[in-house]
Amino acid sequence: MQHTSVKKRPAIDWLNGLIGASALAVMTFIYFPMAMVVLYSFNADTVNSFPMRGFSLKWYGTMLQNESLLQSLRISALVAIVGTSLALVIGVMGALAMHKYEFRLKRFFERVVLLPITLPGILTGVAMLSFFPLLGIPISLTAVSIGHTTFLICIVLTQVYARLKRLDPYLEEAAADLGATPWQAFSRVVLPNIRTALISAALLSFTLSLDEIPVTFFLIARDNTLPIEIYTMMRRGITPEVNAISTVIFALSLIALVLTVKYGERETRPIQ
Amino acid sequence: MLKTRFWLLFGPLALWMTAFLILPYAQVLVQSFYTVDDFGLLQPGFSLDSYRRFATGPLYYGTLGKTFVLAGAVTLGCLLLSLPLAYYIAFKARRNKTLLYTLIILPLWVSYIVRAYAWKTILGEEGVLNTFLMYVGLTHEPIHLLLYSDVAVFICMVHIYTPFVLMPIYTAFEQIPKSLIEASKDLGAGRWTTFRQVVFPLSLPGIIAGGTFSFVLSLGDFLAPILLGGPNTLFISNIFQNMFGTSNDKPLGSAVGIVLLVVVLLILELSGRAEKRYSSLESA
Repeated sequence: MQHTSVKKRPAIDWLNGLIGASALAVMTFIYFPMAMVVLYSFNADTVNSFPMRGFSLKWYGTMLQNESLLQSLRISALVAIVGTSLALVIGVMGALAMHKYEFRLKRFFERVVLLPITLPGILTGVAMLSFFPLLGIPISLTAVSIGHTTFLICIVLTQVYARLKRLDPYLEEAAADLGATPWQAFSRVVLPNIRTALISAALLSFTLSLDEIPVTFFLIARDNTLPIEIYTMMRRGITPEVNAISTVIFALSLIALVLTVKYGERETRPIQ
Repeated sequence: MLKTRFWLLFGPLALWMTAFLILPYAQVLVQSFYTVDDFGLLQPGFSLDSYRRFATGPLYYGTLGKTFVLAGAVTLGCLLLSLPLAYYIAFKARRNKTLLYTLIILPLWVSYIVRAYAWKTILGEEGVLNTFLMYVGLTHEPIHLLLYSDVAVFICMVHIYTPFVLMPIYTAFEQIPKSLIEASKDLGAGRWTTFRQVVFPLSLPGIIAGGTFSFVLSLGDFLAPILLGGPNTLFISNIFQNMFGTSNDKPLGSAVGIVLLVVVLLILELSGRAEKRYSSLESA
């Protein structure tokens, strides 16, 4: 069967081949750097040169003994947990308010919450750097957590707001008609229906916080988050243990992605 | 009662955003009209001095121009890489479509710093690429230009922002009804004509959205130039950052920030309009 099609339309198969080849080339370009990092994390040598001289797990050992790297990981996790939790509370409440009520500043706030993800992060970072001290918040982990919460609210709010819009408005009314208090209607009817949106928003927020640099860069004092610590190590020169920690982050990102895709697919299913 | 409930829900968000986002941005705007005295101390007031210095200093407007060129080049690079790959996954791949799509969004989940580090590993003087080229005998000594140059910044940014462009283009391709493509072929249009007359115009909203992402993101990127750029590599974000750090000229820094902000908002507004115009063509 394939043989006849080759005879009939050779030009198209040539074109198909070209598209396939360029697709493969682009895929290679996208994955080549990551593949190098993973490969060289097992390097026996200090230099990341070709060909690789031997296989070793020593950089993973070095990584595990690097106290400031581990400390930065703990700090990152702490900031991400604080930021995600605060953003979930404020973002979900804000989404409910925007969904339920009509008010004059609604359009304005719809745009404002988007600013930290639409405008360059460096602008937000410097703006916060200039203003937070006036509020009595010195450059510190507190400032970093507030900075992260601000842009994570945007992630949570937009995801939950979008889900609420697709929710059948009669569901809540029906619950009220049946005698549910607003809180019962929320916890028994609305909450279960937005649960997957909450989980995927939380996962996304957590991952984004772990990776965030521009805002953190300006608000951090002495305790570095993980990306800032890697940044500092990079500025000092190539240290192969960064390959090891990068591989670990890469693996964790993979897990987060698989989880998000899992919940994301559920999200597309119709809500009963 | 209703009002109380509304404010209980909306109050925290309104307060938070006002205190930690609106006021900081307002502060940058106000500060851009301040001046600094000879001791580097801020002098409140209303002066257009910073904007005048921006408009008359070749270093400032020149760097803005250079940043535009880089952002344009990065966007073009991202589009050139995204179109064939998105096209392949949307129209050619029969099996594993979901897997392939997951693979193109996976890099978005890989840390920025890790990807920048990866390019440093590859492009460095003793890096993978140079030692590979010497190993196969193409060059005898390392090529210095690979790392710490505008080229390195360009490559890294294209790599980082391509997934942002791939996603909307792929989505646009996916939304094109297959019947339209079949109709075009039934009417005797070749593959290239079908792409040019049917597929490309219908995917314009996705192309515009993706292009806007990569353009705006590379306009504001200050890390790639620091990490991979040469000693003289300076883009508008780096000037903005320097003014708040080593140069300690907050008014000028704020003015640079406001210019950047206005440019970005203008681009977003224009691209939003363009997107709408082409999507209305789609529904017509």
